[in-house]
Amino acid sequence: MKEQAKRNRYINPYLGGFILGILIIAAYYFSSEGLGSSGGFRDVSIAILDKVAPHYTESNTYISARVEEGAHTWLTFELLGVIFGAIISAVLFGRLKWSVGKAPHITKKKRLYLALTGGILWGIGTQLGRGCTSGLVLSGMALNSLSGYFGLISIFGFGFLFAFLFKKLWIQSKNKKA
Amino acid sequence: MGPLYPEHLNPEYNLLIGFLIGIGFGFVLEASGFTNTRKLAGVFYGYDATVIKVFFTAAVTAMIGLFLMHQWGWIDIYKTFYPKTFWIPTLIGGAIMGLGFVIGGFCPGTSLSAASTGKIDAWYFIAGVFIGIFGFIFTYDFLWKNLRASGAMGKVNFPQWLGIKEGLWIFLFTVMAIASYVIYDKWVNWWKTNRLAQEDIDDLGL
Repeated sequence: MKEQAKRNRYINPYLGGFILGILIIAAYYFSSEGLGSSGGFRDVSIAILDKVAPHYTESNTYISARVEEGAHTWLTFELLGVIFGAIISAVLFGRLKWSVGKAPHITKKKRLYLALTGGILWGIGTQLGRGCTSGLVLSGMALNSLSGYFGLISIFGFGFLFAFLFKKLWIQSKNKKA
Repeated sequence: MGPLYPEHLNPEYNLLIGFLIGIGFGFVLEASGFTNTRKLAGVFYGYDATVIKVFFTAAVTAMIGLFLMHQWGWIDIYKTFYPKTFWIPTLIGGAIMGLGFVIGGFCPGTSLSAASTGKIDAWYFIAGVFIGIFGFIFTYDFLWKNLRASGAMGKVNFPQWLGIKEGLWIFLFTVMAIASYVIYDKWVNWWKTNRLAQEDIDDLGL
């Protein structure tokens, strides 16, 4: 129980948000980039594909213009930083360990399949919608770009809608037996 | 005057800055609890207020900061990669992402932080993201090409589009953000006192 309490110690959310806001400003100021995630995933995908099938990547109209740069992009280096930053924080807070994050009543196997499925949807959605929660929505809103607000309303609006259908994945009611 | 890249910053330093900013980004995500998939999903059910507070505080901070810096002539935000709006694919893609969020319990940035700190479910999520991206690339020409380019509106500033002053919009957004914090705090409290099993409360550390 005490162990768990320690693992659940987080920084103040307003402080976290403030720092995140400053980082977005810095990303635009220094590099003229938004703070994104899915763009880096795309760049790594392109680099992998280019290693496996170079002729294909040059003929594919979606990625051909990005093949030369490959994974040598600002967004990829930013993601590399994310890995380090997350590890540093997890070490400081004593959270660095192998585990499966899930509600107690969900089996590990089920959670892993659901995570995989959710990931696939994100892979498609980010490419179609031009970014994810950080790049499209948060960084877009930081500039008051209309795209950011469309992204916000769409991701969270539909999220709330779908949440009704999948409530049992995340919480159990007190009155029901676990 | 910003943005410094590409005019005043060489490409190698630019990548280094990306790496450093990434470190901060990953740190904040982990330290705020964004590697905990249940805290993330909590935004949709109201049993956890972390996401809404971090997210909107970041938006308000960046919005105010960039607005003032633009006013003062420290940065020309239209010289940055100011995103173009394609409203149709963003709405449809957003719906797919919303579904993915509720089912998968992560978004790309949070999944990378979580995977880095040992969350095995996040590794599966990331594998899924790559599968999805590859699938998109392979089917782009006949499935997505036209849809992705539809609804093009160019670079659109939201307050301008609404026909109000940007400063006024930022003020209104800030008020809405603060209201959402109050509402979520009440919502979390409702879950805690009435509805949530003790096992869940312990697990979430509420």
